[in-house]
Amino acid sequence: MSTAVTENQNQDAQQPDAEGGQSIPTYDIVLQVRRYDPEFETEAHWDEWKLTMYGTDRVLDALHKVKWELDGSLSFRRSCAHGVCGSDAMRINGRNRLACKTLLKDLDLSKPITVEPIKGLPCEKDLIVDMEPFFQSYREIMPFLVNEDHTPTGERFQSQEDRERFDDTTKCILCAACTSSCPVFWTDGQYFGPAAIVNAHRFIFDSRDQAGDMRLEILNDKEGVWRCRTTFNCTEACPRGIQVTKAIAEVKKAVFASAL
Amino acid sequence: MSTPLKTKISVPRSRDLEVDGVKYNRAGSSRSSFEMFAWLFMRMSGVVLIVLVFGHLFVNLMVGEGVHAVDFGFVGGKWASPFWQVWDLVMLWLAMLHGTNGMRTIIDDYAGRATTRFWLKVLLFVASAFVILLGTMVIFTFEPCPAGADPSLLASFCSAQ
Repeated sequence: MSTAVTENQNQDAQQPDAEGGQSIPTYDIVLQVRRYDPEFETEAHWDEWKLTMYGTDRVLDALHKVKWELDGSLSFRRSCAHGVCGSDAMRINGRNRLACKTLLKDLDLSKPITVEPIKGLPCEKDLIVDMEPFFQSYREIMPFLVNEDHTPTGERFQSQEDRERFDDTTKCILCAACTSSCPVFWTDGQYFGPAAIVNAHRFIFDSRDQAGDMRLEILNDKEGVWRCRTTFNCTEACPRGIQVTKAIAEVKKAVFASAL
Repeated sequence: MSTPLKTKISVPRSRDLEVDGVKYNRAGSSRSSFEMFAWLFMRMSGVVLIVLVFGHLFVNLMVGEGVHAVDFGFVGGKWASPFWQVWDLVMLWLAMLHGTNGMRTIIDDYAGRATTRFWLKVLLFVASAFVILLGTMVIFTFEPCPAGADPSLLASFCSAQ
């Protein structure tokens, strides 16, 4: 279910660890990070570090090594560091990835690894962007269960088939990798974006929810599903392997079905 | 890192986007299905255009003498038949509207500022309207053998010659 990121095939050990006698291989990598500190500069610039990393390390470990040992001013978000919280989405070698799910050995280490903040959202500092526009469109699609029936004493039962209908879109962790990879979102940030539509999809196709028509009306907006150009950037970027473009197409179909 | 004497924060920052104390006001939503029908039109007209355009190319370039037969008289003869008048009219309208809507979405996707968008679209719509009206007029008022014209300028099939 997760997207594999493999740029090269240098999987095997390059040099044995000289000191420890353990067999974890180490690499020399060059890490380039797009830095921006609004208090001291008006333009972003690139910083570069040469690091020796283990074969089991991820891009996040390289960022940690820089922050903890070389330059404490480097700023980035990360919480769980295991691909669940969705805090550390960033542009790694030009593609939106979670730093904690991108293994160094899967990247092309013969060239410097570039790390930038995700695009289309205002950069606050270094790799930290303001996620507010992203969450504003997320809130607009009402990402919560709406059901006017009497509250049942137990759970609201649902058949396995009904649950399966929206299973893919329940996986979203709101990391913004999809929305910030979308060229339509880059233009002016008014497009709802893939993530909001994915989370609308999760409730529109939930048999227990009763506000599907309202969400479809919201997404039948000038900036709604019709601005999707099916470039598949979002599907490619999703660290959870959600078929985002397919979900958007299903919402388009549902808007038709409810409007005609 | 030494602290500069004066900090400069003149780059775009999130608070620059505040409107009346609210961050990132989304543009007012439009409760119309125009975009839906535009999206549907693009797909439907695309399918119809494939038939019309390739039919047009086949009849003009491959049937009979092919491309060598195309001249003033050939076009005049085609537009004497209501079938080809309607064919060309539908092709003109669908192609122009399809292309115009495509350009409109490109302008929406690539022009960042609202005023740029507005003027590009004005230019686009004026140009499209002009071509559609002119083309429609030509298809219906085309007269291969205008009365009273200099006979030496007329096509060979005109009776006046």
